[in-house]
Amino acid sequence: METSQLVQYIVSGVTMGSIYAIVGFGFTIIYSVTGIINFAQGEFVMLGAMISYSLLGLGLPLPAAFVLTVVLVTLIGAAFNLLAIRPARNASTISLIIITIGGALFIRAVSGLVWGRDAVALPPFTGNESISFLGAYIQPQSLWVIGLTLLLMVSLYLLMNRTLVGKALKAAALNRRAAALVGIDARTMSLISFALAAATGAVCGIVIAPISFAYYDMGVMLGLKGFVAAAMGGFTGIWGVFLGGLGLGLAESLGAGYISSAYKDAIALVFLFAVLLIRSRSLVVEEEET
Amino acid sequence: MKRLASLILAVALVIGIMPLTACCNGGAGEVYKIGAVFAVTGFNSPLGTPEKQTVEMLEAQINAAGGINGIPVDIIVYDTESDETKCVTAVKRLIEEDNVLAIVGPSSSGESLAILDTITDDEIPLISCAASSMIVEPVAERYWVFKTPQTDTLAVIECYKYLQGQGISKVALITDSGGFGSTGRDQLIALADTWDMEIVADEKFGTQDTDMTSQLTAIGGTDAEAVICWGTNPGPAVIAKNMRDLNMDLPLLNSHGIANKTFIDLAGDAANGVIFPAGKLLVADQLSDTDPQKALLVQYKADFEALYGEGTANTFGGHAYDAVMMVVMAIKAAGADSAGIRDAIESITDFAGTGGVFNMSATDHNGLSEGAFVLIEIVDGEWTWLQ
Repeated sequence: METSQLVQYIVSGVTMGSIYAIVGFGFTIIYSVTGIINFAQGEFVMLGAMISYSLLGLGLPLPAAFVLTVVLVTLIGAAFNLLAIRPARNASTISLIIITIGGALFIRAVSGLVWGRDAVALPPFTGNESISFLGAYIQPQSLWVIGLTLLLMVSLYLLMNRTLVGKALKAAALNRRAAALVGIDARTMSLISFALAAATGAVCGIVIAPISFAYYDMGVMLGLKGFVAAAMGGFTGIWGVFLGGLGLGLAESLGAGYISSAYKDAIALVFLFAVLLIRSRSLVVEEEET
Repeated sequence: MKRLASLILAVALVIGIMPLTACCNGGAGEVYKIGAVFAVTGFNSPLGTPEKQTVEMLEAQINAAGGINGIPVDIIVYDTESDETKCVTAVKRLIEEDNVLAIVGPSSSGESLAILDTITDDEIPLISCAASSMIVEPVAERYWVFKTPQTDTLAVIECYKYLQGQGISKVALITDSGGFGSTGRDQLIALADTWDMEIVADEKFGTQDTDMTSQLTAIGGTDAEAVICWGTNPGPAVIAKNMRDLNMDLPLLNSHGIANKTFIDLAGDAANGVIFPAGKLLVADQLSDTDPQKALLVQYKADFEALYGEGTANTFGGHAYDAVMMVVMAIKAAGADSAGIRDAIESITDFAGTGGVFNMSATDHNGLSEGAFVLIEIVDGEWTWLQ
């Protein structure tokens, strides 16, 4: 067991963990405000990756493509809420969750038609040369992933705690009925949460595409891992999700390195199982109170 | 609302009936009907699409040349949507409604295995375009079933032969946990002793995994002298990239699962130096003129790319080419008789197809031997024949 190996596993685990955390943020934002687990979250990530691929292909510089992609995916997220979720707002939460699964299948199928089924490669933001660090190697893109995750986390924190919109979202998250009584429109809050979740998904998609490639069904696995991260964070706080994502990423990386890579995906599922077993009670209780 | 629903129902009924009436109006003149089932859509569409395109091209070519013995062919293609159940339904429809003489396809091993019973019960010859050796073995139970792609075993042998020549005996495996990767892994392990290879690492990855640096770091900690990766895109491209990022300079061998331009597009300059076994189609223009397959490969590639665009021809379409040509040869010999066609396919020898030179027999329903694969190295983003 060498130190450089351990450092490499940690670097890889932190990078993957950050990705899972960003996907998890999207789950958390929507769940805390509406009680819906949005299974189309992975698809927002995929749309971010694919749309940025198309825009870069049109010759747009990276910053412009980045911003425009986030705007477009945010609009898609809002449209998804208006067209699929709002008409069924009186249905039970479980029906709404099933609607998001249908939405995910729809978005994936349409994307398969628009962009084809082959994976595509995107150039990294800044250079291809790995940086040597304590005997391990870090891709510059990994630093972008980790940096943007931290930035996103701080922004979300500020948005939630320092702005009126954020406070309204928080109020709706704490108690939807009471929030409605003081004039916070649940429909608007639901719309904002979907738009916000789509935007974070888009950021994630753009920044990971140079690492993982982009393809129409990349959202399936990322969605699952992000869901586990969100579940580990209890679906409520941004910090908890971040730690959940990091924990999952590190467990996968160290597990694949020191135990066996055959169990890499099993690790995520074992985590999920454990979390659901421990937390399902509190989730259900919360559900009944609202 | 109710009226709308009944209207939709009526329209659906009319649309549903149309093909039925259409089918019964035809039938003027004699025609040889061949069935084809391919995964034109769904996750296996990178295989099924070139196969369907090849079949359509061949149908036009054969009929333009006067058909078989003066009788035109009609190749009926159904899309399985990469779904085993739909594949079975399509095959039943080909046999029962379309009364085809023989069937080519399907694209994947799973679909091929799913239709074995139907094919055997209805006694219709099938030439599969999928790789698994289980499709044609044991031959005694696969009386009606043949296949055109080279088996994994041949690919593994090519890799090991190369490594042995390089004086390498310690290899690290990194294989896709899906069907293609795990059958490849089985063969790599089974043949290791024969070729004096010691497997010092046995790592796995998921096709959709975004980062394989953990597995590669673990491999870096062993005394492996080469890495063999077995999988289909995008996984192997991620591995090639990760190896470059980790500054690992071990030779990287891959399987025929990366035998398309997508791998080079994805891995970029990290693809350079990667070595893999593949059918000769990829390096058709580099073959010597005495190669029995050369003329055919160059012709097929030119014809296909004239229709569907530069750089589109790949080995999957080639598998369909071989299958259709063998059925056509058999019909030429046996006429409109499914049992006779089966016997004729089994007696095909020295047929130079795209996948190799086929020598079918009662004990070998694939008919390919060593030499069907060549080793290819990616040099400056181009396939180069490694002689």
